[in-house]
Amino acid sequence: MTAADLAAAREIAAAVPDPELPMVTVADLGILRDVAAEDGRLVVTITPTYSGCPALREIAHDLQDRLSRGGFAGVTVRTALAPAWSSDWITAEGRRKLRAAGIAPPAAVPAHSGPAHQGPVPLTLTARRGPVPCPRCGSRDTTQTAAFGATACKALFRCEACREPFEYMKEI
Amino acid sequence: MTEDEFAAYQSLGEETEDHRWAFGTGFTDPLEGIDASVPDGVDAAALAAYCLMLGDDALVYSHRLQQWMTRMPELEEETALANIALDLLGQARMLLARAGLAEGALADGTGRQEDQLAFFRDEHEFRNVRLVEAPDADFAELAGRLLIFSAWRLALFGRLAGSADPVLAAIAAKGVKELTYHRDYAARWVIRLGDGTPLSHCRMQAALGTVWPLVDELFQADPVTAALPGVAADPAGLRGEVDAVFDTVLAAATLDRPGAAPMARVAGRSGRDGVHTEAFGYLLAELQSVARAHPGATW
Repeated sequence: MTAADLAAAREIAAAVPDPELPMVTVADLGILRDVAAEDGRLVVTITPTYSGCPALREIAHDLQDRLSRGGFAGVTVRTALAPAWSSDWITAEGRRKLRAAGIAPPAAVPAHSGPAHQGPVPLTLTARRGPVPCPRCGSRDTTQTAAFGATACKALFRCEACREPFEYMKEI
Repeated sequence: MTEDEFAAYQSLGEETEDHRWAFGTGFTDPLEGIDASVPDGVDAAALAAYCLMLGDDALVYSHRLQQWMTRMPELEEETALANIALDLLGQARMLLARAGLAEGALADGTGRQEDQLAFFRDEHEFRNVRLVEAPDADFAELAGRLLIFSAWRLALFGRLAGSADPVLAAIAAKGVKELTYHRDYAARWVIRLGDGTPLSHCRMQAALGTVWPLVDELFQADPVTAALPGVAADPAGLRGEVDAVFDTVLAAATLDRPGAAPMARVAGRSGRDGVHTEAFGYLLAELQSVARAHPGATW
């Protein structure tokens, strides 16, 4: 497999949309970890966002489907569990697309749940750590209405300025 | 029905290569493509038994939480609990798969797959703690049990993230992020109910009294953990961290720590030894009935 083939395969894989958030791609979300050649065959590595995320299976399927239509037969899709996916891996482009679709992108993961943290995870008994700007009007006067949304990766918010509800992609 | 909607329904029944996420629809191993070799010096049989214990906790509790679906007090709580149950089911799938792969590494090479482990073991072969077995009588009991379970499991997974088994370590590191949200969710509800009206306070206190006898078992030593130094985490060592969480939440909730005595063991045995409460048999019958009525079914 030539370098040009590999670059073409990377481009195809990177363009696969997320099944739950079709406005962003698996590359935007940081789910796509690697596209490599092993013994002349293509190996694509992805990582789950949440342990039970049913979208992962769909993503693997879409990757195989699009790559085979792009001329890459017998693609192996691997799952990498470590390091665990973090919302910090969502690219600037991914954040822009989420915001444009009315979903507030995640804040930076706090140090106490980051990979370098040692010792017990502190409790968070108040609703939110910092203001989440409204993706529609930009106001920082927003309130969390539920910590879990329609999918595990999102929480529900309401903007007190424009009164619109919106989704927030959680930091994890 | 519009033409588009009709087409969508039609496509559900079509024979395709597409895999859906339900029993009989072509599960793939959640650890497919992962290096599942057992590290040198690690007892593979004990590792399999340990992953089974932790996987069973999540599988059984996830099922109990799923039974709350359509019964939660508000739509937002419905989605919250569905997400928590899904996270736990995901953890269960990976842990059962890890157990099967570790079994496969034994001399006889006969590892079971996650479906066999989940649907075709009998009651006494399950290794979950008894905390996860009983149905919750009300929403306060749900909040109390979820707080206990998630605070304990978060402390446990925090330690397992440094396990000498890299697969278990990766599963745990991922679970820590999820369990942090679960624990915060439960803690906020315990506080809201405890520090709420006289009625909600009273019911929250009563609910804690119901589940508290099952707390002690979570910290009991077991021979499987003892056989896995550096791989498993000593249950007794979690107590301080978990107690600190309980103290913080109960103080904010104006609730008293219940003084109820621990639930008795049966001839020295409990959940980790396959000795369960009466409620568990009914739960398992429901959980396994479809798979057992139609073994190997596909659709």
